[in-house]
Amino acid sequence: MTAPLIERSSALRQLRRLGKAMTTPLLPDDYLALINPLWSQRELRGRVEKVVPETENAATLVIRPGWGWTFDHAPGQYIGIGVEIDGRFHWRSYSLSSVPLVEGKTVSITVKAMPEGFLSDHLVNGLEPGTIVRLASPQGDFTVPDPPPEKMLFLVGGSGITPVMSILRTLDRRGSIPDAVLVYSARNEDDMMFVHELRVLALRYTNFTFYERFTDADGMLTADQLDDVCPDWSDRTTWACGPAGMLDAFTQHYETYGLSDQIHVERFTLAAAGGSAAGGEVTFGVGGPTVDVDGATTLLEAGEKAGVNMLFGCRMGICHTCDVPLASGRVRDLRSGDEHGEPGEYIQTCVSVAAGDCTLSL
Amino acid sequence: MAFSDVREYTHLTDEEVEAIGAELDEIRREVEASRGQADRDYILRTITLQRRLAAAGRITLFASFFPPAWLLGTALLGSAKILENMELGHNAMHGQWDWMNDPEIHSSNWEWDTTQPAEQWKHSHNYIHHQFTNVLGHDNDIGYGILRMSRDQKWHPVNLGQPVYNALLALFFEWGVALHDLDIEAIRKGEKDPELLKKQLKQIGNKVGKQSLKDYVMYPALTGPFFLQTLTANFTANIIRNIWTHGIIFCGHFPDGAVHFTEEELEDETRAEWYLRQMLGSANFNGGKLLHIMSGQLGYQIEHHLFPDLPSNRYAAISVKVKDLCARYDIPYTTGPLYKQYGQTLRTILKLSLPNRRTSDNPAPVPERAQRRLRDDQRPTRRSELGKWSGAASV
Repeated sequence: MTAPLIERSSALRQLRRLGKAMTTPLLPDDYLALINPLWSQRELRGRVEKVVPETENAATLVIRPGWGWTFDHAPGQYIGIGVEIDGRFHWRSYSLSSVPLVEGKTVSITVKAMPEGFLSDHLVNGLEPGTIVRLASPQGDFTVPDPPPEKMLFLVGGSGITPVMSILRTLDRRGSIPDAVLVYSARNEDDMMFVHELRVLALRYTNFTFYERFTDADGMLTADQLDDVCPDWSDRTTWACGPAGMLDAFTQHYETYGLSDQIHVERFTLAAAGGSAAGGEVTFGVGGPTVDVDGATTLLEAGEKAGVNMLFGCRMGICHTCDVPLASGRVRDLRSGDEHGEPGEYIQTCVSVAAGDCTLSL
Repeated sequence: MAFSDVREYTHLTDEEVEAIGAELDEIRREVEASRGQADRDYILRTITLQRRLAAAGRITLFASFFPPAWLLGTALLGSAKILENMELGHNAMHGQWDWMNDPEIHSSNWEWDTTQPAEQWKHSHNYIHHQFTNVLGHDNDIGYGILRMSRDQKWHPVNLGQPVYNALLALFFEWGVALHDLDIEAIRKGEKDPELLKKQLKQIGNKVGKQSLKDYVMYPALTGPFFLQTLTANFTANIIRNIWTHGIIFCGHFPDGAVHFTEEELEDETRAEWYLRQMLGSANFNGGKLLHIMSGQLGYQIEHHLFPDLPSNRYAAISVKVKDLCARYDIPYTTGPLYKQYGQTLRTILKLSLPNRRTSDNPAPVPERAQRRLRDDQRPTRRSELGKWSGAASV
């Protein structure tokens, strides 16, 4: 674990405290960021150093994080990235494809442009090197313990390769990949990210098997075909990441065999509620109380009924006292009918209702 | 007594009132839909300018032993503080920039360079004042609990000292603001929750401590032997800011033409009527672009009260539409040069230091109802009525 410079020396920490007393109510960072946008710990920031194309519609963003970033993520975790488009910050989460503590003090995420995803498209095709982005610390428990289990299986579809790539690269750096099988489905060879690197990896490690599946030609991999590509799958600890349909099929398969404990799943797309969804299960604070709320009760009223101490002001959408960040899910603004569903986005609970299940950060 | 009895609105039918409301809603929607890069650039530029002014002021004051440097540093610091309080703090805490989804310029995170904690300001100003604008007994901004600003307020001999209280309030405005959300009136009546009072006092104490440490200890100490010069410079910068903000804020609701209401007008008030009350209760002043920026665009007080959470840089354009709407419906739109608006405010303060029978004008919205006592149980706890509107507006 490498703490940022400013945290490492107690003299610097003292200096920062002194600076804080002089810049109150701001932080010294607010002034320093005027000189270099990365010199601020207020919000994690990063500068896009390179955009490396992986396939026709996927690219790896190499990002140099600013102050406050600790290069201690576990391989397989994801980060949040906030990009400003037309004055507004949009947030998405992507798995880190880089190994922890890389040379050059950068991290990388690999993004695949989705047809309907306007942010992913912007990241792949519109982001200029040098752009300053916001970052959210690594999260997620789709990780491999150290030391890893003796026998592993990775079931991957499409861009689900990114967290697995981070895991494999980390194992490679340590110089040993245990008995591992990677089953990776993509539409065709051009669409398969990191395919050359993976093939080389398979050549270098005899106990690493790379099974390539091209769904345009061979169709989707079904759960009962698992026996064909990895006969001893039930002996292996499995990490699965990919489209929701694929993950549902495989988790069901493991359940049928009573092996639910053996599969770790990472879902990229949250069950996106349809545009007309009204109401849902609302969780007040991660790990907080969860209540069923209809599509007419505001989140503020629902929270108050559930005994949550919700801040409020005008209760008509003017004063913003009630604003809280949305952790996940979608809400609808009663005044405009607009839906909001970006993680980290501030919503006004007094005029918002649930549009499907959602979680508020309190 | 209902809202439609307010003299300025008696010519409007219910349908016309609703039509005005719908037009104003439309203006809001247009602005909301068109917020973008240019607005973000504006606020970022302003923030950069403010921080540079502040830094330049502090640095210049290292030479505070040299009188011209003292003067320049004080002026720079004073301007920085004015810009910070008005265009940045006031407007950011209204949520005008929340749409950017940027936690660094967000109403829930912003703390400003003055003695009142942001959280309390958001309650006393954002909620109480903007919700109950100019309603006697509800809106504590009418005279800040110190001045008699409406003929409908009962006269007391103590009001004779108003010109003096006002001068003191102007000089030490930030302290008046700091104590504002405590609700001195409620404390006096013994209605204040002691737990809340304790919490608020602690918050204020914390903030005051940090602010004073910065302006009156740290920076003066940094200049070593010129401690006193830097201290007086910082003190003066704060006073300049206080006088300016007091002036701008008083010009928002007390020039001739801005009307005060009583709780009767609140009864069954619709959203459209709320808009009308905001328009009639507020007053603008005209001036150049720089004046508007330095006053946090509060020269567009009417527009600000209609749309307190729309970006301040849009008020100038919004005002053209609002003025046009007022002309079409024959609704007063109070504005004038700053000196005139300020003069009228001072005149009202002077006049109302005397009992009503000694003076005239400063009319009440509905004829003669002066000297009533307001019911204490009518203080702002109107939660459910307000919640209703958010639903109504969605249809």
